[in-house]
Amino acid sequence: MSAYTPQPEDFAPLGAQDAAPVLVRPSLSYWADARARLLRNPRAVGSLVLLALLGLFTTVGPLFWTVDPATQNLDRISEPPNLGAEALLIDRGQRWAGLKVEDWPAAPDPAWLAAPTRAALDAPEGLSVVGTSHTWSVRLRWNPVENAAGYQIYRNRYRPTALNELGLPLGDRWSGAEVSYEDALALEPGVYWYSVTATDGLRESPHFQTLRVEVERALPLNTAWKAGLLAPETGEPGQRLSLPAHPLGTDYLGRDMLSRLMHGARTSLFIGLLAPLLYVLFGTAYGAAAGFLGGRADAVLMRLADFVVALPFLLFMILFRVASGVEAGESGITAILVAMVLLLWPATARLVRGQILQIREEGYVQAARLLGAPQRYLIFRHMIPNTLGVILVTLTFAIPTAIFTEAFLSFIGMGVAPPTPSWGSMCFEGLKSMLNSPHELFFPALMISLTVLAFNLLGDGLRDALDARMRARE
Amino acid sequence: MGRYAIKRIFQGLITIWFIATATFAAMHAVPGDPLSNEKATTEAIRKNLEARYGLDRPVFPDQYFIFLGNMAKGDFGLSFTQQNRRVNDIILDAFPVSAQLGVLAIAFAAIGGVLLGAFTALKRNRWPDVTVMLAVILGISVPSFVFAALGQLALVNANDALGFTLLPVAGWGELSHMVMPAVVLGLSTLAFLTRLMRSSMLEVLTADYIRTARAKGVSDGGIFWRHALRNASLPVITVLGPAIAAITTGGFVVELVFAIPGLGRAFVEAVQQLDYTLIMGTTVFYGSFLVFMVIVVDLIYGLIDPRVRLV
Amino acid sequence: MMRLGPARRRIALLLSCLLAAAAPWAGAAENAVDFEGRVIRMVLPQEPPQLDSSKATDQVSTRVLGHVMEALTRFDGQGRLVPGVAERWEIRRDGATFWLREDARWSDGSPVTAADFVFSWRHAVDPITASEYAFILQGIENAEAISQGEAPITSLGVSAPEPRRLEVRFSRALAYFDKLVAFATFYPLKESFYRARDGRYGADAEDMLFNGPFVIERWDHGARLEMAKNPHYWDRDNIYLNRIEFPYITADTNAALNLFKDNRIILAALDSETMENALDQRWRIERFNDGSAWYIEFNHRDGRLTQNWNLRRALALSFDTYEFINRVIGTPGNLPGLSLYPSYMQGAKQRLLQEIPPPEPVTDWTLAREHLEKAIVELDLSEPPELVLLTGNSPTANKQAEFLQTLWKDALGLTVRIDRQIFKQRLAKMTAGDFDLVAAGWGPDYLDPLTFGDLFASWNLNNRGRYANPALDACVRKAQNSVAAETRVEAFGCIQRILLEDHTLIPTYERGQIYVIHPAVKGAIRRQTSPDPDLARAWLEQP
Repeated sequence: MSAYTPQPEDFAPLGAQDAAPVLVRPSLSYWADARARLLRNPRAVGSLVLLALLGLFTTVGPLFWTVDPATQNLDRISEPPNLGAEALLIDRGQRWAGLKVEDWPAAPDPAWLAAPTRAALDAPEGLSVVGTSHTWSVRLRWNPVENAAGYQIYRNRYRPTALNELGLPLGDRWSGAEVSYEDALALEPGVYWYSVTATDGLRESPHFQTLRVEVERALPLNTAWKAGLLAPETGEPGQRLSLPAHPLGTDYLGRDMLSRLMHGARTSLFIGLLAPLLYVLFGTAYGAAAGFLGGRADAVLMRLADFVVALPFLLFMILFRVASGVEAGESGITAILVAMVLLLWPATARLVRGQILQIREEGYVQAARLLGAPQRYLIFRHMIPNTLGVILVTLTFAIPTAIFTEAFLSFIGMGVAPPTPSWGSMCFEGLKSMLNSPHELFFPALMISLTVLAFNLLGDGLRDALDARMRARE
Repeated sequence: MGRYAIKRIFQGLITIWFIATATFAAMHAVPGDPLSNEKATTEAIRKNLEARYGLDRPVFPDQYFIFLGNMAKGDFGLSFTQQNRRVNDIILDAFPVSAQLGVLAIAFAAIGGVLLGAFTALKRNRWPDVTVMLAVILGISVPSFVFAALGQLALVNANDALGFTLLPVAGWGELSHMVMPAVVLGLSTLAFLTRLMRSSMLEVLTADYIRTARAKGVSDGGIFWRHALRNASLPVITVLGPAIAAITTGGFVVELVFAIPGLGRAFVEAVQQLDYTLIMGTTVFYGSFLVFMVIVVDLIYGLIDPRVRLV
Repeated sequence: MMRLGPARRRIALLLSCLLAAAAPWAGAAENAVDFEGRVIRMVLPQEPPQLDSSKATDQVSTRVLGHVMEALTRFDGQGRLVPGVAERWEIRRDGATFWLREDARWSDGSPVTAADFVFSWRHAVDPITASEYAFILQGIENAEAISQGEAPITSLGVSAPEPRRLEVRFSRALAYFDKLVAFATFYPLKESFYRARDGRYGADAEDMLFNGPFVIERWDHGARLEMAKNPHYWDRDNIYLNRIEFPYITADTNAALNLFKDNRIILAALDSETMENALDQRWRIERFNDGSAWYIEFNHRDGRLTQNWNLRRALALSFDTYEFINRVIGTPGNLPGLSLYPSYMQGAKQRLLQEIPPPEPVTDWTLAREHLEKAIVELDLSEPPELVLLTGNSPTANKQAEFLQTLWKDALGLTVRIDRQIFKQRLAKMTAGDFDLVAAGWGPDYLDPLTFGDLFASWNLNNRGRYANPALDACVRKAQNSVAAETRVEAFGCIQRILLEDHTLIPTYERGQIYVIHPAVKGAIRRQTSPDPDLARAWLEQP
């Protein structure tokens, strides 16, 4: 072992060092910390996943589900969710002229009619079907009834046992000799019970004849060609054809609900996201300006904001919506957006102004100012990052309000104009048929609820994550 | 205090002028006019109708200043849709209805919200908490008109199943008419207050004075009722003011669905019919109502809470 | 005494508010029918806007007025004209005479006299009154000049030479005048009472005087209206009901059906959405033709594409009225749109449409495209044009507009832009001619085909498309000025032929309605003209 001999290089001066000493724990910025906290919150993560799914539904969905939301299927109106159906191809020729009994009186004998007591007319005998019965036509015939001045035709879904159960009054015949009726009224596949009564012109007879008719789903050839289900000029009447699926059912004009929900999402989310974004941005700029300028300018600016706050929101929303005079073919989305921005910015402005005033007095800002930091530095380095959290939370909670407002406007007939679908207008339309086809209300309402729910949960999560002090407060 | 009140009232008056002007401007920007009707009328009749309502003068300045002048006298003129009635009478008939409904809805929301919030806080993270909070989240996620329609449907079915009328499905006049609409109307506020109350209660339960009370041997019930509930309700009370405002003006949907002759419904119908005077009257009335509610609440706070400086 | 904390004090305050509000909780449930009291309850779709009969225009007001007022004549349940205040009458070419019954009384007990009619009619044409229905008196001597402010109201061709005789002078033949006077504008008004009200006539129940089967006893605006039997009505022995109450005012059909289900009202309208539900309830469903004809009106103003006949024909040929009523509307009772005249209108001997049968409508997309091609050439366009369809903002209007938009896109490749507007804006745009197509409907004012027949006369202000055709005008004049039934039917046929051949409009459908009614209520009358529904002479039969 030999002692170390110092070399001259050992005494050379140490140059500039390349790297600073490495810290053991990585520095955690405000945003990284917030993100970590947000991701630890299961409800917030859930809401993020939900929002991502909604985003995919709106953007990627239409790429996979390419059904045109405007295509009407008048043979498949208000169908519940289904995976397709099979239809009989038919040829829709001329309208049926109907049957008329020759030499049969159209009206009863006046002498008979004038008799003070006269027996009720018999029920029409021989009620039967002519040709095939399908969803485009059911043709009925019956034998004429003596002394009849006409007939009433009814239809029901179950077998009638009493006069009040005959069902829908489909139509009438105003001659005792006209003994047929063609029903084409919104027929659906399944069983119908048809009843016919006779009337003497003044009173309807309580006797009726009933017939059970099984109705098969049918599709006229030319409709199949127009809809592209068959190559033009192919197919034979009597053949069967599979119809496409409607996984979420169809609406009141036979349009595909899934496709309409996807396209409706664009309207609803467009209004729901853009309106809050615009007014929060405007409110932020306005509030920041007021807070920063202070003094007289602040007083004037905030006075104006107070005025706008005092306008009753829904009343003015309706007024502005109407006043903006939507032109033909426009959806009216812009009008709704403008009205929302005009009315809702002051809340954010007030909030941001308060924040700015508070932060301006904080020690670190004072310190920065004393150290000679320029205004711009103060604004971009301290003011904005420190208010961003509050703004973000406001924004998140503003989205549900905007979506609800759109739905409310639809409810009073002042939402987006047809044919543009929106969840709100779909909900309103579904409301009417709630009892018969609940799916028309359920799905759009579900979409609204899920979206609102997701943004509410996200807002909660963001608030907790961004500002521990706000956690316990509302 | 006196000077402050006068200043606030003066500001309030300016705000009302602003509301009136904004309404006037928005309304006259609407294409069309209240005198058009399904059956066309001759020029002569139209002119006479215009003269009756003062629409034959220029909108600005004549109509505007006449409107402001009458408004200052508290007169909103004749309604276009309810043709023989004064707008003032319509408002006087319809507002108490909306207000009654609103008060009931707020009472339901406040009582329900405080109790549910406190309850969930006590049962924190156990199943009652989870269930109630889930219901609450649902409550703020469903559009109100869906709730209203479902509520009505539920009543019909309940009455049908029971064989007697539990609650009427629509209409107005008795307290029984108000129950369902008030519940529907108060639902979202209830949900909001429950959330607020829950977090406030959670904070209070960990406070020092609760621990002290417990250490002194105060019973659980005593702690809950005397200390926790009372203190935790304070933030709820501070948000009640804005909530009342939101509810009394937000009754459109329930008034329409439940056939309630309130001011919200009157307004929606007035807009459809472009009833200038009724629109103007309703908006200015509601605006003034809100403005003065805020002023009164502020002044009362000033009286109650010595920490609030009135300058 | 218990001390209350601030929070609890507030709760106590709220509770006491609640109790105060609970005071009117009177448990008496009001059922749809009260057999002992002979009361029925119904829903009104809206607050009656105008109960001054000289100014009333809408269906709700005229429906209420129809129960509390009586005109010279009225229609019975079978649609026949029967005497009202007039015992008998005589219509001549140049005028009419009505003899009033002796026992006709106002609700204050005073007799109804011919002077009450003179005052009312003069008041209605007075330009100061500005009644929108002043036009309905046209044909009475000087009516037009008075409403233009060119003659004094005393010059109106109506006089009361005796208290119970009313003389009317015509300026043109009014063959249907006896039917016309059943209309609300012709109800009597008592001058002394009317003047004493100082402009408030019709504003409240106590500001009105009645001469009909009922009187308005209570009217809570926007909330409730109650009628009671009029003890002074001359035909009171044939009035069974003691009261007709309207405790609900709502236009919401769902709410109305719920009220019906809950046994609160005797009658509820059904639509395609609610009818299945009514079937499930095993209710008897009734149907009636409400009298209105619906059509798509074209804009015939200069510079509009729809002035082109080939374009109009192309649009008409692609529309299938049967598909429209069966699939799009989807409720029973609607009849195909074949003509401007509804099917129930009477002609000379039979129904009008049996005497002048309209051609069966043709739907032919191939032919439609050929006409479109021609139109494109004639209009010097390069592609199918864009058209604006003006429509209202009700769900029904939306549905029909969306259907038409897609239909014309599929059939013709036309782009139709929907212009959805609230009621008054739509009217303003119709009047200004700011549309290509507009979905419109027309209900009869009186039961004569002329109420439809003169719609497209060049001078008719309701001709919103400003269709002007001298040939049509000539036919309308002929129908107006003739008395002989056959001549008039011929003129109506001429009007129909011109309108259909020229495609002035596309008839879409004749509206039918379905409804449910309480089984104990008998004698309820549905009709095409106001008052509808009419329950004045209804009675109850306990099941």
